[in-house]
Amino acid sequence: MTKITMREAISQALMEEMDRDPKVFIMGEEVGVWGGTYAVTKGFYDKYGAARVKDTPIAENAIIGGAIGAAMVGQRPIAELMTINFGFSAMDYIVNQAAKLHYMFGGQFTLPLVIRAVGGGGRQLGATHSQTPDAIFAHFPGLKVVSPGTPEDAKGLLKSAIRSNDPILFIEHATMYQVRGEVPEGEYTIPIGKSKVQRAGKDLTIVTYCKGLELSMKAADELAKEGIEVEVVDLRTLRPLDMEPIIESFKKTNRAVVVEEGWKSYGVGSEIVSRIYEEAFDYADAPIIRVAQKEVPLPYNRSLEQAALPQVADITAAVKEVLK
Amino acid sequence: MAETINMPKLGFDMAEGLLVRWVRQVGENINKGDVLAEIETDKATVEVESSASGVVLQLIVEQGTMVPVNAPIAVVGKVGEVISNQSSVSSDQSSVISDQSKVESRKSEVALNVERSTFNVQPASLEIGSVKASPLAKKIARDNNVNLASIQGTGPGGRVVRKDVEAALTSKQSSVISVQSAQTNYQLPITNYEDHILQTTKLRQAIGRRLVESKTTIPHFYVTHEFKMDALLDMRKQVNAYLPENEKVSVNDFILKGVALSLRQFPNLNATIKGNEVTQFGHVNVGVAVTVPGGLMTVVVKDTDQKTLRQISGEVKAMAARARDGKVKPDDVDGSTFSTSNLGMYDVEDFIAIINPPEAAILAISSAREVPVVENGQIKPGWRMKATISVDHRISDGAEAAQFMQALAGFLENPVRMLV
Repeated sequence: MTKITMREAISQALMEEMDRDPKVFIMGEEVGVWGGTYAVTKGFYDKYGAARVKDTPIAENAIIGGAIGAAMVGQRPIAELMTINFGFSAMDYIVNQAAKLHYMFGGQFTLPLVIRAVGGGGRQLGATHSQTPDAIFAHFPGLKVVSPGTPEDAKGLLKSAIRSNDPILFIEHATMYQVRGEVPEGEYTIPIGKSKVQRAGKDLTIVTYCKGLELSMKAADELAKEGIEVEVVDLRTLRPLDMEPIIESFKKTNRAVVVEEGWKSYGVGSEIVSRIYEEAFDYADAPIIRVAQKEVPLPYNRSLEQAALPQVADITAAVKEVLK
Repeated sequence: MAETINMPKLGFDMAEGLLVRWVRQVGENINKGDVLAEIETDKATVEVESSASGVVLQLIVEQGTMVPVNAPIAVVGKVGEVISNQSSVSSDQSSVISDQSKVESRKSEVALNVERSTFNVQPASLEIGSVKASPLAKKIARDNNVNLASIQGTGPGGRVVRKDVEAALTSKQSSVISVQSAQTNYQLPITNYEDHILQTTKLRQAIGRRLVESKTTIPHFYVTHEFKMDALLDMRKQVNAYLPENEKVSVNDFILKGVALSLRQFPNLNATIKGNEVTQFGHVNVGVAVTVPGGLMTVVVKDTDQKTLRQISGEVKAMAARARDGKVKPDDVDGSTFSTSNLGMYDVEDFIAIINPPEAAILAISSAREVPVVENGQIKPGWRMKATISVDHRISDGAEAAQFMQALAGFLENPVRMLV
């Protein structure tokens, strides 16, 4: 195993799949000559040329709409949204077209489409460019939503996404491209729709994903110093949601905290908590607490931005509260 | 349509009641408001009235059964109304009833069951609703047949959580073991006076629970005052000369009136504390401790300060009689804002009482006795009575309690003030 960054992991996945299948191509703002806003596709333009690495106008509805059309006629497009916030401009294409075409045409078309989108706050990009609207997209049947928290998962899941014949929104976090992690040598994929226990423990279950995983693993380290052993379950895929490892873990620990970066109201955490109560009510020994972003537009000011985003200390405090 | 009669909730902290006696039997006619059964609660034996008219179709529980609040006890309906057999009373229910032997005998009775659509009897309604416990704790308790109500919760707000139930299960096992080993080592003493093990009554348990809570959570302090009783005793003699034998007023009736009027001046002693908040009650309802078989009960004279001596006297007599007969009404024992305890008839010089929570104070009244007193340098006989007030130091201080006792003296020593 070698340690590489999240950026390298995603880049490797894209390159391996483009080498493997000539139908795979990339389109988006500044993905070509510039090499991508987060330098994920650096060198791709030179290697694959303008036909497979397409720079587009600043028009998200055109990017997604065009990618949908390409997918319908048999190509395997990877459309990039520079930030997921721009996805709102293409909302109709994402949730009304991509998510529904297979159904609306009675299965005559499949849509092998991957939308890579950069989400999350913490880079002082202001309230309109720093959102974590994952729950909105995960709301729609027909659209798979994947959001990895480690380089290993990012690479394996992205490769599976590119090979899938379903439309998939692949959400990466803006502050996690430098995160390093071990990645298996050689070819591997990770199935979409499988949650994973990233850390074993017996006292409490933390359910989280993406940035929340990074924070939760740090919180788990700190709690371990105090003798509290938390189990961390990583969703990895928001839709289809795999509750099995979560329920299994909860039946063991009987207590849980759910961590997400988005807002608490109507969020991913609400869904998880509801399902735990529906499926394992008799195993609850304390109310489940959600850790999430403060309910404000994310401030630009660094101190305020950090105060509004969930932090490691929020998670450790929540864990102790649930363990009272 | 047939109607189920449920175990009533008499008092906010009542969780269950003992069905002592069925007054009506299956097949008998009953009108709404007629007495159907007698139940024993923490506080009293109370009559349960039927909430429906018709014929008693079914008595769901046997006499002597402990029944949770709101659990069905009987069915009243029209003659010939069909009650189909369905499992309205599942095995779940047995876990909430502490006495296993009673449960067994009850199960056959339970065979007559009730159609859900008609009676809306859900097994869940027999869960112990008032016990705060986590779902997991409830499940473990259910699986192991443990009564959650008997477990002290250590979770937030006293919630019973897994470890509490597990601890209870462990101690249950270990206590069984210790009893067995004690029996095997037992040797007869020379004279065989056997121990008597008495089952405490619900009343005794309630007294114990409340007073442990009072003595361990309320910082008591005490102020004793000696009252000159000559004028009051004279006045009582005069007043009683005009009253028939069964309406004569007692010394205690005067004291209740004096206490009530004094409390009007000292609202802090007619109060309760919760957290950082003291509630001074608008009503002055003085409670009177009455000795009853198996313990004591406090009957309450509502708005004591606004009633005449004769009203107070009449109410106390009636309520005390009901209390001694075990037929007290919920209203008789509810709502006191200050309590009194009088041991005057037992020739007691002085004693102190434990505050009756959630009240702020209690007055312990001793005997009026003829003693040598010094007045103007002369020793002469005089009637004196001591009383001691116990006060919650979180609410009041010694000076205020002492001033209250002086105010009370102002009434007891000038009893004419209590007649106007």
